[in-house]
Amino acid sequence: MKRKISFTLNGHTVQTEIDANLTLLALLRDQLGLKGTKEGCGMGDCGACTVLLNGMTVNSCIFPAMEVEGKTVVTIEGVADKEGNLHPLQKSFVEHGAIQCGYCTPGMVLSAKALLDENPHPTEAEIRKGIAGNLCRCTGYVQIVEAIKAAVQETEIASRCPQ
Amino acid sequence: MTKMLDYPEPETLAEALTLLAHYGGRAMFIAGGTDVIPRLKKKQICPEALISLNRVAGLGGIDLNGDLRIGAGTTHRAIEKSVLIRERFSALTDAVDVLGSVQIRNVGTIGGNICTAAPSADTAPPLLVLGAQARAVSLKGERMIPLETFFQGPGKSILTPEEIVAEFLIPAPLPCSASAYWKHQRRLALDLPILGVAVQLTLDKRTCPLPGNLNDEGSWPAIWQALAQERPVCREVKIALGVAAPVPMRARKAEALLQGQVLTPELLAEAARIASVEAQPRDSVRGEAWYRKEMVKVFVKRMVLKCMERIACGETPAVELPGKA
Repeated sequence: MKRKISFTLNGHTVQTEIDANLTLLALLRDQLGLKGTKEGCGMGDCGACTVLLNGMTVNSCIFPAMEVEGKTVVTIEGVADKEGNLHPLQKSFVEHGAIQCGYCTPGMVLSAKALLDENPHPTEAEIRKGIAGNLCRCTGYVQIVEAIKAAVQETEIASRCPQ
Repeated sequence: MTKMLDYPEPETLAEALTLLAHYGGRAMFIAGGTDVIPRLKKKQICPEALISLNRVAGLGGIDLNGDLRIGAGTTHRAIEKSVLIRERFSALTDAVDVLGSVQIRNVGTIGGNICTAAPSADTAPPLLVLGAQARAVSLKGERMIPLETFFQGPGKSILTPEEIVAEFLIPAPLPCSASAYWKHQRRLALDLPILGVAVQLTLDKRTCPLPGNLNDEGSWPAIWQALAQERPVCREVKIALGVAAPVPMRARKAEALLQGQVLTPELLAEAARIASVEAQPRDSVRGEAWYRKEMVKVFVKRMVLKCMERIACGETPAVELPGKA
């Protein structure tokens, strides 16, 4: 049963037709060709499929695509700016060796972004809680937490310097 | 999701219930979908339609009007952020703090957690000790269901196929009360509990602040010494266990032992032992029955002490994460 939906994706309006039983992950990857969001477990247990919905993280593999109607979705493809400049978190991940196989990275960056958007000065405990829904089998999380802390400091320094 | 499904999006409760009746048992409600979609993908359920509750008016909201009212459609994340609930109904905050992950909490609802009726539901023991009732609505009327009678078996609630829970009502706690919940789990997130223990305690007075760190049993003698002077009396206590029986349960014999008594370490230890005898856990992938019973003894004591700490402070610090001591 096909349904029309309209939503904002990475800053652009998207109008498309979907089957009512489609997940958001399938919509993004298979129908819209955005392969940055990954499928890990398919059950909402690993966070590899994390995207932002109205600024909040959700597991897109268990999220009905129908529910994005009228909402704003941001995937990893929408995190760098329009000129392709990396977000401070992305730069920090690269600089701190927080990416090994890279499979958890899109979801991890989005969870970190959502955390910092809501709480620009998190403690380490708050950082760990904020990314607790994203499993990484490579890094042991050490470099990921350091990268996030560094991005926090970068932003703090930048906000103190007059432009 | 696999097979073709309808996905109607009613805007009122009456519409939702009419749709449910129209599908004659072949449709299910969906809110956050964090339980429904995985079960659908695993082919554990095969409905013809998922009736979305996300546009139904009146299912959200947290308000205090004497009693606390929580809409069944309230997300765990909204509960997590509620200062009101954190300060006065803290066992529920303790539960949502460690439920799933941020991603799960952003869409998962308290109504879904309770109505899915898993013995491991993290919000169940807190709602039990907080004396919650569920307001169940059908096209024919409504009724209040005390949480004690809500759970009928693993995955089975007392709701009829024509009913939906609209909200939970929790009575305002008595003065000198506090509540706490501990989720015994191996990971810090994305894990079901091995055991869940919730306590609500009402004392006859607010005691001195408790010295020492509750997570370190070595400091308990000092804590009890400080309390011995004050002889705090347990006016009322409720103890609920998750994953300790086919349904979330109250440890009523343990409660009866403490009721009206001066709290001492010996009495608390005996109450915890009785609670572990009352528990009927089973062996499962997350733990064996004997281990769960042992942990009931440990965490009933700790959660009663946690409540005493919270009563003494008059405000509620967060339950500390394990493994750091």
